[in-house]
Amino acid sequence: MASEEPLFDPSLKKRSKKKQVAFSEDPLGADADPTTPAPPIDDTTANGDAVDLGPKTVHEQMKQNGVGAEEEVAEPKESKEEDDLKAMFGDLKKKKKKKEIPLDLGEDASGTSTPTTTAPAAAIPAGEDLDFSDLKKKKKSSKKKSAFDLEAFEKELNESKVKDSAAPDDDDEVVPDGEHLDDIDEAELGDDVFDRGEAPTGLDVGTEPWLGSDRDYTYPELLSRFYASLHASNPSLLTSSGKRYTIAPPSIHREGNKKSIFANISDICKRMHRQPEHVIQYLFAELGTTGSVDGSGRLVIRGRFQQKQIENVLRRYIVEYVTCKTCKSPDTLLTKENRIFFMACESCGSRRSVNAVKTGFQAQVGKRSRNRVG
Amino acid sequence: MNVQNLNTVDPFADEGDPLSGNNDVGSQQNYIHIRIQQRNGRKTLTTLQGLPKEYDAKKLLKAFKKEFACNGTLVEDEEMGQVIQLQGDQRTKISTFLTDEGIPRATIKLHGF
Repeated sequence: MASEEPLFDPSLKKRSKKKQVAFSEDPLGADADPTTPAPPIDDTTANGDAVDLGPKTVHEQMKQNGVGAEEEVAEPKESKEEDDLKAMFGDLKKKKKKKEIPLDLGEDASGTSTPTTTAPAAAIPAGEDLDFSDLKKKKKSSKKKSAFDLEAFEKELNESKVKDSAAPDDDDEVVPDGEHLDDIDEAELGDDVFDRGEAPTGLDVGTEPWLGSDRDYTYPELLSRFYASLHASNPSLLTSSGKRYTIAPPSIHREGNKKSIFANISDICKRMHRQPEHVIQYLFAELGTTGSVDGSGRLVIRGRFQQKQIENVLRRYIVEYVTCKTCKSPDTLLTKENRIFFMACESCGSRRSVNAVKTGFQAQVGKRSRNRVG
Repeated sequence: MNVQNLNTVDPFADEGDPLSGNNDVGSQQNYIHIRIQQRNGRKTLTTLQGLPKEYDAKKLLKAFKKEFACNGTLVEDEEMGQVIQLQGDQRTKISTFLTDEGIPRATIKLHGF
């Protein structure tokens, strides 16, 4: 446990330094990386149609070029799956690694080879990926599913018509429902799909097994087809959308044998826009301990705690009291009205009450004589 | 062909209480809280609070003690009722034990680091 902290701390410093360097270098090297991750954010908000072909093709290239980088990227994706905020702290490490790559390249070959510089650029947005991206994806899909099912179906029909016009379509009765959607979709989805030839997910859109045969397609097949075409038309959905919600890892030091010091709690509280008292109350309730705030704003916790453990508790705090349950956005406000805490989301406007922090049962620890009165 | 997306769902319908199974329990929100407390050194204490009334705490404690090979005791608290205390960090073991016995995972809250 002691060896972990020195490992972590220097890298932290490194990261902050590097970031600064990167930004200062930005004006010098025109193709410095930090500028590039910005455009994909805009694309995601678009309603799914192909807005800008330029960045997209670049993304595609990056994808194909940076297959090696993709292996590293796979880790955050996996963590995405388990929990939104789980990756938040963990990704800091990975980001550090990635920050180093573009810097070296920027210093050595600032404008020589474009493909090499694009590859790390692909890595960065992926590393800074917001976990909420796939949530958005899901939401979008569920919203549009009913429409898209029909549309995909429509497209299927049309393609089959194009391929062999002689083949009779027995499902023609369904066509009139989505007729008006048909034209638009053919324009955006069908063309995109065929231009690219392949989806970023690796699913080939044109080669569904049911195309050749006469059988009915299944729902999972349609679903995978939908995702394939969705990612083909906006690759930025996969790599990045929005900014990641990150928080500096808590710095925990040991004071003496039985106390731990949480040094940067005020920073973290500021970052989360929460009152330190509330956070401290939660920490104490969860850890089943007590403590105090010392003169310089640091939190002294009774008991031995490691950084990882505090991180876990903070993660749970964020899930429960910081992120909006509706839209997963972290910019929320916590207000207290009539002894009840309300969490209002700044981005989606939802408002909900949250549980008060409860300490629960505290077992007798330590000497009983201390508790005795008189 | 059955299209799942076209099923009509009344969004305003009562979805029912997810904890309706043990509604008669008067404890706070019917959660089973599993907490950990640090003692001196590297020793810890696990407490289980909010056990539904239909379970016999005494028998459960006996089963815990046998299963986890630890000691433990039953503490009467004026607010929380009966609380099971076990020696050592038994949080995950308790939660898997309880879920295996058919207590829904959603009602179990794991606290601590």
